[in-house]
Amino acid sequence: MKPSQEQQVWMYKHMLVSRFFEEVIEKIYMEGKSPAFNMANGPIPGEMHLSNGQEPCAVGVCAHLTAEDVVTSTHRPHHVAIAKGVDLKAMAAEIFGKRTGLSGGRGGHMHIFDPKVNFSCSGIIGQSVGPAVGAALSRVMQKKSGIAVAYLGEGAANQGAFHEALNMAGVWKLPVIFIIEDNSWGISVSKRASTAIDRNSDRAVAYGMPGEFIAGNDPVAIFDVVGEAIARARNGEGPTLIEIETSRLAGHFMGDGETYRPAGEKEALQKIDPIPVMKQRLLDEGILTDATDAALIEEAHAAVDAAIQFARDSEYAAPEEAMEKVFV
Amino acid sequence: MTQVKEKERKLTIARAMAEAIAQEMRTDDKVFVMGEDIGELGGVFGNTRGLHEEFGGERVRDTPISETAFIGAAVGAASDGMKPVVELMFVDFFGVCFDAIYNMMAKNTYFSGGNVTVPMVLMTSTGGGYSDGGQHSQCVHATFAHLPGMKVVAPSNAYDAKGMMIAAIRDPNPVVFMFHKALQGMGWLGTEKEAIVHVPEAAYEVELGKAVVTRPGTDVTIVGITSGVHFGLKAARILEEQGVSAEVVDLRSLAPLDRDTVIESVKKTGRLIVVDEDYHSYGMTAEIIASVVEAGVPLKAAPQRVAYPDIPIPFARPMEQWALPSPEKIIAAFNKMKED
Ligand SMILES: Cc1ncc(C[n+]2csc(CCOP(=O)(O)OP(=O)(O)O)c2C)c(N)n1
Ligand SMILES: [Mg+2]
Repeated sequence: MKPSQEQQVWMYKHMLVSRFFEEVIEKIYMEGKSPAFNMANGPIPGEMHLSNGQEPCAVGVCAHLTAEDVVTSTHRPHHVAIAKGVDLKAMAAEIFGKRTGLSGGRGGHMHIFDPKVNFSCSGIIGQSVGPAVGAALSRVMQKKSGIAVAYLGEGAANQGAFHEALNMAGVWKLPVIFIIEDNSWGISVSKRASTAIDRNSDRAVAYGMPGEFIAGNDPVAIFDVVGEAIARARNGEGPTLIEIETSRLAGHFMGDGETYRPAGEKEALQKIDPIPVMKQRLLDEGILTDATDAALIEEAHAAVDAAIQFARDSEYAAPEEAMEKVFV
Repeated sequence: MTQVKEKERKLTIARAMAEAIAQEMRTDDKVFVMGEDIGELGGVFGNTRGLHEEFGGERVRDTPISETAFIGAAVGAASDGMKPVVELMFVDFFGVCFDAIYNMMAKNTYFSGGNVTVPMVLMTSTGGGYSDGGQHSQCVHATFAHLPGMKVVAPSNAYDAKGMMIAAIRDPNPVVFMFHKALQGMGWLGTEKEAIVHVPEAAYEVELGKAVVTRPGTDVTIVGITSGVHFGLKAARILEEQGVSAEVVDLRSLAPLDRDTVIESVKKTGRLIVVDEDYHSYGMTAEIIASVVEAGVPLKAAPQRVAYPDIPIPFARPMEQWALPSPEKIIAAFNKMKED
């Protein structure tokens, strides 16, 4: 399934928005955290997991989705949220912990919930999977359209919840897609050191569903394979497990010394940064010109800047509001 | 015999834990370590630093992100002659693996009539205050301490951390060893300086299940554990300026619980405040107050608790800081008692 020119530009543009967003977050995160790096300080405290390099996994999948489709994500959620159409201003405000944030500041960067576009995530590894299966089940039971997509890291594929949920989705032939973002690291532990087989997609056979591995961190290739899987799911033909080779260009979280990375790995990954690679191809194929590219870049920056400004300008909720929303 | 005064040797809790594990690994080849990022990285919170270099990957094992598997495996290895020390990176993650902990680790000794032992240590980080959100900031002390069959300990300083870790490894029973992130001595988590204390180099044990009076006083007893002790000490210093003499008791162990030390203290002071970063209801605070009341200790005022409200921990800094226990809240609790 080949993306149209329009879809390719959409994917490229959302990769830009996502990357610019992460770059700004990275900068603001460091405010108030030097010379001594203390996570508690600055306008964005706590842990911060950036998605730089993993944008193709977000856009290649979400290009096939509409707001009604359900996406569950992980502790590293920004790129997927952006591609799924989560309100960028409200998401930025949530990451700053402001009242105008998606959850009024109660959730933070690992707990992004936007029911308008059916997006959610969890900071517990492997726990994106069950809820996606349940959403797919719900669509079937209610005879409602839409499918579910669960994102997880390759490290999360060693969590029990993953295997239980896949088996159940396989038994019940649910309209759900499992997307493993294989950035080859779970914090400091490599995929090779933690996973008994090379490709998690091979595990699909155990759960009676097709399994696909997509090499190259290429949005077009992802679009192609995922498109077939989503078409099957929408057609009542059941779930698919897809593992995407991608790269984590940043540390596991901000402040990670990354001493565990082999020398030269990061530099090598930077050289195949998917954004310049896609840009070059779009230029070569005449889908993009320098002028349209410049316009997209400007548009993406403007969207990010507006979101960040909104977050900065917003107020914090009154502290006592912490007591609200435990129940509704 | 001449006593040579040992040179001051201040360590963080992280260093003290790593030193304790290393010393036990040197003398007992049954001791080994498993967990996520505990190998070359030395643990996300630094408490296994240096172990992989010294003992290698056979005895210091990075695991997959499979808590049910490696904690369950520790139960099996422990009952087969090994002494595993395993790490659950954040206590909040107990949700994915609790069966191995409370239905097996904690019960197998009893089920077997004492014929099968489970000599393992489950170390895990607790606590918030640095805006890590509601899945990375909890204490859940009572959730563990409520369930019989496992010892649950939580030191507030490096001296106790080393001695209790050694005692935990040598204990023939399963021990849950909780360490609070803000006391760990990792700069990036903001460090409570008073947790960094002198630690003797030679191996020693601090008996599990024994509380300690950290600061003697006569007017009010402040009972805490981990961060609660440090909030209590700060409150005690402020109260002292107001002419109030506060005694601070560091529980150190939640199970077994040293009720006697608390009761003795309250007999002397007649007033009790319990401080806990864990949730308010059904918690350690209630257990301590009930124990004192049950013992019939005469009280000059109704006991007070300063604990985390019954809400998931909010991310936003103003909300989280508002919800946390603090020295100010302890002083407010004391002032309320004066009105009684
Ligand atoms: C159940 C559970 N165990 C451990 C962790 C700590 N943790 C957070 S991220 C992470 C690594 C996850 O690796 P992967 O799934 O590959 O995702 P990535 O970080 O590479 O995006 C770990 C171990 C957690 N959040 N939840
Ligand atoms: Mg990974």
